[in-house]
Amino acid sequence: MCQVDEEYNGLLESPVASSATKKCNKCKETTAALVLKPGESLCRGCFKEHFVHKFRAMLGKNRIIFPGEKVLLAVSGGSSSCAMLNQVQEGLGQNAHKKLRFKPGIVYIDEGCLLGQSTEKRQKTMAQINSLFKMTGFPHHIIPLEMVLNLPPSVLEPVHLATDDPAGSYKEAVDHFMQSSPVHSVDPRVDRSELSALTDATNPQLIAEAQTQTLQELFSRVKTLTAKEDLLHTLRRHLLVSTARTEGYSKLMLGENCTRLAVKLLANIALGRGAQLAVDTAFCDPRYGDIVAVKPMRDYTAKEISLYNYMWNVPYVFIPSLETKTADKSSIQRLTESFVVKLQVDFPSTVSTIYRTGEKLQTASVTEDIERAPLKCLFCMCTLDTALGETSAFQATLISEQLSNVGTTPMQASLRPDTQTKCGAPCDQQDGEEHCQAQAVCCSHKGGDSMNLESLLCYSCQQTVKDMTSVEFLPQYIMSEAQRRNRRSQIRHEISEFLLTEDGDSPSIKADS
Amino acid sequence: MPIQCSKCTEQRAVLKRPKTGQSLCKECFFIVFEEEIHHTIVSAQLFKPGETVAIGASGGKDSTVLAHVMKVLNERYKYGLNLMLLSVDEGITGYRDDSLETVKRNQEQYDLPLKIVSYEELYGWTMDAIVKQALDRGAKLLNVDKICTGHNADDLAETVLMNVLRGDIARLRRCTSISTSSGGEDVLPRCKPLKYAYEKEIVLYAYFKKLDYFSTECIYSPNAYRGHARAFLKDLESVRPSAIMAVLHSGENLSIKESVKMPVQGTCGRCGYISSQALCKACVLLEGLNRGLPKLGIGKHHRLHEKLLSQQPLSNAEERKLKAVDF
Repeated sequence: MCQVDEEYNGLLESPVASSATKKCNKCKETTAALVLKPGESLCRGCFKEHFVHKFRAMLGKNRIIFPGEKVLLAVSGGSSSCAMLNQVQEGLGQNAHKKLRFKPGIVYIDEGCLLGQSTEKRQKTMAQINSLFKMTGFPHHIIPLEMVLNLPPSVLEPVHLATDDPAGSYKEAVDHFMQSSPVHSVDPRVDRSELSALTDATNPQLIAEAQTQTLQELFSRVKTLTAKEDLLHTLRRHLLVSTARTEGYSKLMLGENCTRLAVKLLANIALGRGAQLAVDTAFCDPRYGDIVAVKPMRDYTAKEISLYNYMWNVPYVFIPSLETKTADKSSIQRLTESFVVKLQVDFPSTVSTIYRTGEKLQTASVTEDIERAPLKCLFCMCTLDTALGETSAFQATLISEQLSNVGTTPMQASLRPDTQTKCGAPCDQQDGEEHCQAQAVCCSHKGGDSMNLESLLCYSCQQTVKDMTSVEFLPQYIMSEAQRRNRRSQIRHEISEFLLTEDGDSPSIKADS
Repeated sequence: MPIQCSKCTEQRAVLKRPKTGQSLCKECFFIVFEEEIHHTIVSAQLFKPGETVAIGASGGKDSTVLAHVMKVLNERYKYGLNLMLLSVDEGITGYRDDSLETVKRNQEQYDLPLKIVSYEELYGWTMDAIVKQALDRGAKLLNVDKICTGHNADDLAETVLMNVLRGDIARLRRCTSISTSSGGEDVLPRCKPLKYAYEKEIVLYAYFKKLDYFSTECIYSPNAYRGHARAFLKDLESVRPSAIMAVLHSGENLSIKESVKMPVQGTCGRCGYISSQALCKACVLLEGLNRGLPKLGIGKHHRLHEKLLSQQPLSNAEERKLKAVDF
């Protein structure tokens, strides 16, 4: 970074000096309209070409979206997802080069309830979004976040599909599609009547006031903005995946851009999601099984997108979120964002370096066999990362908590490492409220039942739950699934001595790992 | 109303643990802090009975607390270790003079043998950036089996963040390991018993134990990028104190693609010490000084390594870049 200045001092020309009269670097004819990065000035036409090519190359290269497949675009109304929507629209156009061939639909999730917005305000936002979506002619679903309360517990189980080698079948599918269908067969405007009915069905007027209250109660039990954002992210994902399933989509398209992903990667490290970094930032996220989440915007920087939207008048709306108007230090996610953005000013390669670090990380392999698959987190559905050796940050934290508690002598603590994984501390010995707070939900103290939620969660989701004063308002689908898993592991534990495994592993070890 | 200690429920609590947020009295905090380090040492099997262990002592809070705790635990749990202090005199004026005085006082306070190795003794030059090697080489002179250093949780978390920011995947993979096994004859295994101890708790411990330490930042230490990572980590900690452990947890659980190329650890063609390049950094820096090219070794000069090894002169253009700036 610093070397460029040291070694090539004087060799580099200042990119700012002559930018007004500079010719486009690509076509060398037209006057450049923008400087993408130092030394790369482009004219309007070439910039558009560059932008469009990137999008189609990303989809073409990855070969994940099959021709004729139904793809659900998650659009938040922000600049990045609206640019994605614009690209899909253009790609489906009649005279598009390298035409896209999937059938898109759009989903918007209204989170106004969390900001305490009035029904009128929320309807206004949704009307705005609705008119934006109508212009595209694609089927669209506008869903209030309250719908998350009606989800079935099955959302939390990945659905495994028996698939053969996707790379091989992709080419076949394309050929088949080309032969069987005339060019006009992909008409995104088919399901119009059906969709308007759907939009009415999910009108916020029909959302019971009680549901809004339940959701608000849930979030009022979360003490920190960090945990609120994390929980919202989890619930939103569940709702998106479930919507895709019920509406018959098989892919979910997310508009996260390069800058966003770099921030997310760094924030996830600070949240303890190290084991899941790759799944969270890779192009393809297979954790839900049948619904694959893809991120076609991941190669664009936020700046590129803003420039594109500005130059080509891509409409987008500003919708306030939990983070809006908060201070830098109000949450880990917010702090990371401001840190990365500020560092990017001084070191322009910050975002791309962080982003490329993510590229070098391993995506967890998807195990086809359900019985043998490792246990998944109840919230984020990633492989549990809490079954670690004695020497780990996770164990060290448990030891710390345990040691600082009443009635534990040092020896006891170090002699009973096996009891820690179940629950952070010996809860039965707690009487004062003071230390109960530290592990508020441990064993669902305040929830009333003796359910053990923490053992079903990954490290980071445990941290989120620790920031909650009560879990009683968690949506029913999560609670029922938690009870089911607990029952199952109890049964598995009871019959463990009679179970045989192929490789001779003790079944009890497998159940715990 | 005074808050009671959450552990003994008898004494008045004097501090709130930065790590867990629990309130503890002085005595309970000492016990808890020491026990945690004991747990780290036992669970990671850092030492074997009978070993001679050098504690890297700088006079700073981390190494002072480390020396104290190691001595206490060695006696309490009968590790059977032969402990000693090892210090490096880099010849940095003002900084090292005072801190070495502290180390010398520690030696008397803890009744541990002390060895100070100076750069002049080792290399004939006094300067920074060779600290790690100096420790190893010093330890070798003393027949030591292991070195333990005072790196704490904050240091390691900071390193994880910095390596992500720099995209240094090779360091990212190994920076969280608690001990390094012996890489060759010349390299001693190192370990970090304070790996899971928060910097703030180390300060609290030193404060309540009234330990004697030297508290000036090394004048050579703040590198710009590490400074950013440090500031970011401190902010993270203020938002959510458990974030430091979370970063460590992330660092421990990163899995890196097998296809990513990793630098191979080799040995220096001149001194035989471990180095990922043909020549180790120390030899390049020394060579630069001997050739009158002070900038050699500051930055990357891989292309020149062959020439340096075979004692060939550098071209004029190459020399011009590496000469000291004329004022």
